[in-house]
Amino acid sequence: MTYEGWILLTACLVGISCGMVGCFLIVRRMTMLADAISHSVLLGIVLAFLVANSLNGIYMLIGATVIGLVTTFAIQSLHNSGVQEDASIGIVFTTFFAIGVILISLFARDVHLDVEHALMGEIAFIPWNTYTVFGIEIPKATGMLLCITIFALLVILMFYKELKLTSFDAALAVTLGLPVALIHYLLMGLVSITAVGSFDAVGAVLVVSMLVVPGTCAYLLTDRLSVMLLYSCLFGAASAIFGYYGALWLDASISGSMSAAGGILFLLTWVFSPRYGLLRRYRAMITS
Amino acid sequence: MEALNVKDLQVAYDRKAVLDQVELSIPKGSLTAIVGPNGAGKSTLIKAILGMLKRSSGQISILGKPYSPKNRNVGYVPQRGSVDWDFPTNALDVILMGRYGHIGWFKRPSKQDIALAKEALHKLGMADYADRQIRQLSGGQQQRVFLARALVQDAEVYFMDEPFVGVDAKTEKAIIDLLRELKQKGKTVIVVHHDLQTVPEYFDHTLLLNRTVIANGPTEQVFTEDLLQKTYGGALAFFSTNGDKRVMS
Ligand SMILES: Nc1ncnc2c1ncn2[C@@H]1O[C@H](COP(=O)(O)OP(=O)(O)OP(=O)(O)O)[C@@H](O)[C@H]1O
Ligand SMILES: [Mg+2]
Repeated sequence: MTYEGWILLTACLVGISCGMVGCFLIVRRMTMLADAISHSVLLGIVLAFLVANSLNGIYMLIGATVIGLVTTFAIQSLHNSGVQEDASIGIVFTTFFAIGVILISLFARDVHLDVEHALMGEIAFIPWNTYTVFGIEIPKATGMLLCITIFALLVILMFYKELKLTSFDAALAVTLGLPVALIHYLLMGLVSITAVGSFDAVGAVLVVSMLVVPGTCAYLLTDRLSVMLLYSCLFGAASAIFGYYGALWLDASISGSMSAAGGILFLLTWVFSPRYGLLRRYRAMITS
Repeated sequence: MEALNVKDLQVAYDRKAVLDQVELSIPKGSLTAIVGPNGAGKSTLIKAILGMLKRSSGQISILGKPYSPKNRNVGYVPQRGSVDWDFPTNALDVILMGRYGHIGWFKRPSKQDIALAKEALHKLGMADYADRQIRQLSGGQQQRVFLARALVQDAEVYFMDEPFVGVDAKTEKAIIDLLRELKQKGKTVIVVHHDLQTVPEYFDHTLLLNRTVIANGPTEQVFTEDLLQKTYGGALAFFSTNGDKRVMS
């Protein structure tokens, strides 16, 4: 595949995996957690690097998932002990992120781990760093993202009912005997691995936009969770593609344009959505 | 037999006890009202019984066995305010969720589950609203959807938190007819109820609650001015019209 092809594929995988997982954060009203997890995942990556002394993707995934779950757990514990939820989120993730930044500057200064990279990502470098699988040379980050996307898709397909019910009505889920807490942490684990998979491509700041924006667009267009998931993947992929060509055209940062494309798509949906769009509500107001 | 038995129940939020020393039993096949002022702990009692809240102490048994969700013998209708009305879901979909306990892991609702959900929708006069997003239903219609969901759970003991709030006379009639039908089938229905006037008419068993059990027994024995005053802390006004005793809270 061409250089451009790999970048587009990687970007689409970011959009699809984040779009899928992000939907559940949106319907659970937990998008702030996306922010928290995507930042504290940096600490997981650094710790994995320091412990395993390698930049191998598997260690990073494990480190990030563990730290993602620890973040969720720490936020929950602080909240249960009387701190307001948004304050708990703010305290936990900034602290974890800060520790990550300090560790990088102390121990990992010379490796391919720098703060700017972690924040902004650099999708343009991804096609240069490859391995060979089944005789095909594919970029490492793309391979990892492909596995993560398939894994997230399988988990969502297998536990769709449970994820949906615990999101909508945890109380009923409890009376039906579903392990509500376990399912919550399963979802948070998914958010963590999706975030770390997308990290290389778009960085911590933009993972948040990929987790939140496509799902929010989709939410405006449908009343079915399953359809929302599908639309969200499409919006994620579309902002990746438009973003890439936008970046070429403007000669700007690819990851930045991808987020901006997401923002523009959101604006369009918000105005023109046939169900909940601004225009439709305006028209309804006039006719009534 | 007892449908519900609660022993020495205590529940606390932030270490402050909301319910204390709650002991009660409710006979099988009864229509029971839970009555008490706002903040008395009625919703808390139901949530603690069903394990949605941590109990500091207490044993719960349902139909003679320690309560476990695995027995799948309870149904629950939440209080209106606790529902996320903006969730991307429609009436039929919500009702189907009542079947999830029967469906099991990794499986999708079967044709039979869907048929049951549609039947419940029909029964509550909501057949035309299957595809409506739940916020776009009226208050009474929303209440009917959640009742239909409890129905398809096919439970033995139902807990309903204020099913009559915000519904018109017609819906109220539909709901009470349904509750009576459940009773006739030998089911037990436990309802948090705010309208004191209709308690004697609708319910054969009454639980007066305010932080603890004030009284619990057949409605005609429990629903007295004295005990009600005690439950509401003397804040009730009683007055008579045409010899009928009427109550205002
Ligand atoms: N999540 C919570 N955290 C702390 N206190 C709570 C919480 N939920 C309820 N309470 C308190 O517990 C007490 C009982 O609340 P509960 O909701 O059980 O009352 P209720 O009898 O159902 O009232 P209502 O008639 O208004 O529904 C109230 O004083 C309330 O302030
Ligand atoms: Mg209540």
